[in-house]
Amino acid sequence: MNETVLELEKLTIALPPGADRANAVSDVDLVLRAGKVTCLIGESGSGKSLVARSILGLLPRPHVRVGSGRILFEGQDLAVAPQDRMRAIRGAKIGMIFQEPMTALNPLHTIGRQLDEVLRIHTSLGKAARRARVLELIDSVHLPEPARIIGSFPHQLSGGQRQRAMIAMALLLNPRLLIADEPTTALDVTTQAQILYLIRELQREHGTSVLFITHDFGVVVDIADEVAVLQRGTLVERGTAGAVLGAPTHPYTKALIAAVPKLVPPAARPANMQPIIIEARNITKTYGTRGLFGGRVTLALAGVNMELRRGETLGLVGESGSGKSTLARAITRLLPIDSGQILLGGTDIARLPRHRLRPIRKRVQMVFQDPYASLDPRQRVIDIIAEGPIIHGTPAFRAREEALALLGLVGLDASAAKRFPHEFSGGQRQRIGIARALALHPEVLVADEPVSALDVSVQAQVLALLADIKARLQLSMLFVTHDLRVALQVCDRIAVMKQGEVVEMAPTAEIFFNPQHSYTKALFAAVPGGSWQDRKAS
Amino acid sequence: MWQGVARFARNRMALFGAAVLGCLLLLVVLTPVIYPDNPFKLAGPALQPPGGRFLLGTDTLGRDVAAEIAYGARTSLLIGVGATLAAIVFGAVLGGIAGYYRGRTETVLMRLTEFFQTIPAFIFALLIVAILSPSVSSEIIAIAAVSWPSIARLVRGEFVALGGREFVQACAGLGASDARIILNHMLPNCASSIIAVGSLLIGTAILLEAGLAFLGLGDPNVMSWGLIISAGRAVLRSAWWICTFPGIAILLTVLGINLIGDGLNEALNPRLRER
Repeated sequence: MNETVLELEKLTIALPPGADRANAVSDVDLVLRAGKVTCLIGESGSGKSLVARSILGLLPRPHVRVGSGRILFEGQDLAVAPQDRMRAIRGAKIGMIFQEPMTALNPLHTIGRQLDEVLRIHTSLGKAARRARVLELIDSVHLPEPARIIGSFPHQLSGGQRQRAMIAMALLLNPRLLIADEPTTALDVTTQAQILYLIRELQREHGTSVLFITHDFGVVVDIADEVAVLQRGTLVERGTAGAVLGAPTHPYTKALIAAVPKLVPPAARPANMQPIIIEARNITKTYGTRGLFGGRVTLALAGVNMELRRGETLGLVGESGSGKSTLARAITRLLPIDSGQILLGGTDIARLPRHRLRPIRKRVQMVFQDPYASLDPRQRVIDIIAEGPIIHGTPAFRAREEALALLGLVGLDASAAKRFPHEFSGGQRQRIGIARALALHPEVLVADEPVSALDVSVQAQVLALLADIKARLQLSMLFVTHDLRVALQVCDRIAVMKQGEVVEMAPTAEIFFNPQHSYTKALFAAVPGGSWQDRKAS
Repeated sequence: MWQGVARFARNRMALFGAAVLGCLLLLVVLTPVIYPDNPFKLAGPALQPPGGRFLLGTDTLGRDVAAEIAYGARTSLLIGVGATLAAIVFGAVLGGIAGYYRGRTETVLMRLTEFFQTIPAFIFALLIVAILSPSVSSEIIAIAAVSWPSIARLVRGEFVALGGREFVQACAGLGASDARIILNHMLPNCASSIIAVGSLLIGTAILLEAGLAFLGLGDPNVMSWGLIISAGRAVLRSAWWICTFPGIAILLTVLGINLIGDGLNEALNPRLRER
């Protein structure tokens, strides 16, 4: 049995009066052992991040504070430790990695200076010794050219490199415990796979105990020794990774695991022989700043061809910066393109002036990624949904009647009509967004990462809703996603994008069994927890 | 909105400001009842000290200082609110166009705004009133002309931020016209910022008006606080009350309005809410 590094004893974190519940987490018992990775998994609002912050004494006091229970670390209770004691522990004995390394690093200081600062505060090493240690750590997280990296500013590094620098910083003083709060959520899958591997490798080398906070079961499979499942502030299940993932006992854990889209071959579907409804021919788009002093130009779309047939779902898959969202926006004419044609039912709409676009808008509608940003916070739900038809000349009372019917179609209660968007959860807001798009009776629905901001269980519901609506209304759908599992589940064909180009486009089953392009293969290999799902499927 | 009101009500200084402004409004409403006579009319002997028959004394010509202040309050509020409204409308239109259309339009409009901002406000206002001949309407025009740039910059900034938000794009995707997007979606979403900044502008406008009137550029036929102080400054040492009471009125009014403005800013501005 490995020795215990940190123990949570009946930890309860109190929320301010008027919050949705009295305690963020209640009576959480958790033991973190040396050399083990413990995954704390939960959906948004489960209180998992607050557990991490309470260990470091970083709760947003006085509103949120430890109500009762103990946090035992090296024989003392961190819940009642004074702030100066906590400062000595933070960084030195407990390291922390955050979700978004860009906000956790100071943009005005070089990476080297920020790492050096940690050593200056906590050790009495000389300048040369500190530099040697910093270089050693930079090297150990496999950043290329350590000497160049320490002279770089955070914005000069990629997201993955920044996260590596953060890990180097957290491990600088050989902490006994490393807390990682969703460290790979903001990263692309291939980068995520590398970072997970790195954390695992370093943790084995140093025998560090790791508390890994995540919402993604795939990540848990890849990294966890032990798993604890948090549901709305209550620890419902904990055990070894094999036990919890293989034979979950609590119904909530079972439901969560069931909701994870499977990385399984989709049933082969008959080829769609319907006519092409929308087609992109050789479209290009560059983003650039053409100023007085020249400027930088980024090629977002480099001659993209694709076609969508009636009643078909085409998946656009790729990592951030691959141009998939740009393509979605270009096709809906929310972004102007530089050259090429966009054919809707055979007519080119790429160059239509704005006043002639209006009839096109009716036929192609979009569902946006962020359910918190895509609804006007000052409009009532009924007005949001009815706005499209009103713009297109439907009398207001008729549009409102139709909007009420649509609420039912997307699974919301009629009482939702009079409320404002902030009163709804993320999944409900996404339903409102879908209803708004459907209000114009479009032929083509372009969905830009419609579920990536949602929890897995909600994700499954929204995907089911989209599939149901698509079948009922015989829509054609362009589905943009970074998540291969989701793409496999909903798409008839998949187009893989990389750096503004479609590198591979094929029916879903074909792309799964026989990916041609090396990038497609890399994407499949990087899906977190891929092996676990294979086993489950077989 | 009601949450905003509740947050405002929790701010004691803002409530004090609201009370001061409330008293002032009451005074303006009741003025014709309390002082039915023209404030320019001679009411008694000159230079009577406060107390006695005249609550706040009389000035060099024997006019009732209390009546002058009551009528001056009406002028101050009229010009303060009028000039601010004009500045908001003009500033919001320019800033809104610049922030929505961006590009060359924005460059031209914002350079123009900066040009106006670089001229010293009070001297520019003096110049405009001197050209237009002193009257209430030319004072409003002058004060609005020096106040609109801050509103234009605010609205432009808000519009630029809102323009990138998905709900605005979603609306464009529905086929909405520019006017619909601007009036139905963008303006309502920056209304709270405009209200907060606008309320502070009223205080500045009242100060500008008092300054103009003090220099004799106010409307000679309309009683105003600056005019009273201007008339009383020659006898400041022998009859202190003539300048002091309108001065206190200006101080309290501007202080009250600024406190309300700060309170609104904190209540309505999401960035300051957590403080």
